[in-house]
Amino acid sequence: MLRAYLGSDLPKYNPNIRFIECPLTGERLAAVPAIRPDVTVIHAQKADRRGNVLLWGVTGVQKEAALAVARTIVTVEEIVDTLEPPRCAPNPVVLPAWVIDAVCEVKGGAFPSYALGYYPRNNAFYTRWDAISRDRDAFGAWIDRHVRGTRDFAEFRQSLERAPQHA
Amino acid sequence: MPEPEVRLKTDTTYTADEMMTIAAARLVRNGAVLFVGIALPSAAANLARLTHAPEAVLIYESGTIGTKASVLPLSIGDSELAETAEAVVSVPEMFLYWLQGGRIDLGFLGAAQIDRYANINSTVIGDYRKPSTRLPGAGGAPEIAASCKEVLITLQHARRAFVETLDFVTSVGHVDGADGRERLRLPGRGPTAVITDLGILTPDPPTRELTLTSVHPGVSVEQVVEATGWPIKVASALATTNPPTANDLATLRDLQARTARARTSTTPQFRMS
Repeated sequence: MLRAYLGSDLPKYNPNIRFIECPLTGERLAAVPAIRPDVTVIHAQKADRRGNVLLWGVTGVQKEAALAVARTIVTVEEIVDTLEPPRCAPNPVVLPAWVIDAVCEVKGGAFPSYALGYYPRNNAFYTRWDAISRDRDAFGAWIDRHVRGTRDFAEFRQSLERAPQHA
Repeated sequence: MPEPEVRLKTDTTYTADEMMTIAAARLVRNGAVLFVGIALPSAAANLARLTHAPEAVLIYESGTIGTKASVLPLSIGDSELAETAEAVVSVPEMFLYWLQGGRIDLGFLGAAQIDRYANINSTVIGDYRKPSTRLPGAGGAPEIAASCKEVLITLQHARRAFVETLDFVTSVGHVDGADGRERLRLPGRGPTAVITDLGILTPDPPTRELTLTSVHPGVSVEQVVEATGWPIKVASALATTNPPTANDLATLRDLQARTARARTSTTPQFRMS
């Protein structure tokens, strides 16, 4: 339920923004449909051997994405015996194993973004990505070479490292 | 296009963007709770915290509350925002409890187009279905425009931006003037100032029409009139914006230099061991 959109043109073009009158206050509020994906894939810092997942930092909408959906796959930096956030880890969130369908250990899986407590964001990649993603052909060539043309994440990373300027 | 530089008698030169950032920072009250984005608004908010408003609370819509970052974030998702925050919450919580909950004193917004009632466009130039330019889009702007107690808008003053009619109303300012916001029952007071590289505009109290209340040093009223796509109202007691102080400039430039160094540093390539 959102207080914004009154007076905006967005509702004219988005049929999913519907206005209702609040039965309690009489205010005109915007209602939007809940997002119900089929699958959610998120990256987190840790999981334990039972599949409980721990993420911390700017979690954004990852918890909501995991709970809104039928199947959740989580890639993690490491699988540990005991789930424990580091001291002063901001905003630790635990997703219990019984809401997770699969956990995969993928070190560096947040690349080119960062994993808080593990590695920083690769800003240079984002800068180069501007030019690659701006042009449909360049984007297609990059996807064919580094994503479709590689077997797994490790090979993807090696392919990027071999390419000049991540071309 | 090179930035126009303004030369003062004391020989301290500064750019129009620096004047804009500093003028916006001055409007931040010490202790105010600010909703911050990236780019110039972020520079203004962080500058305020580093100068006259050390108790200002900076909140980013990614969920970081009370951030004390040493460099300007490249994105609202930057790790330093989380690491230096007093608290980090989820985005739904940020929008529901903190923003719609009325906890934010001042929100900063940018825009590609603005009209005389400070309604803004950050969606498209041209027809929505076939735009000549697709802009970054609303993001959290409509919610910020509706629910912050006050809003500050910063943008370059040019005829292509200051238009009679917006190509698209992304976020609402004063609607069609007067009690437009009250009629829509929008909780916040809306835009209380628009800061540009030429001057400062504030809504006229009864009509809420943007009125030029201050020109920056070296800027003429004629320049502002020429750069505005509607017959802009000028306050009878038009002020001249105080130029940046040496401390303002030094702090801002130091912040930007630290930021530039952080962004171009070679981050170690991740090694697959």
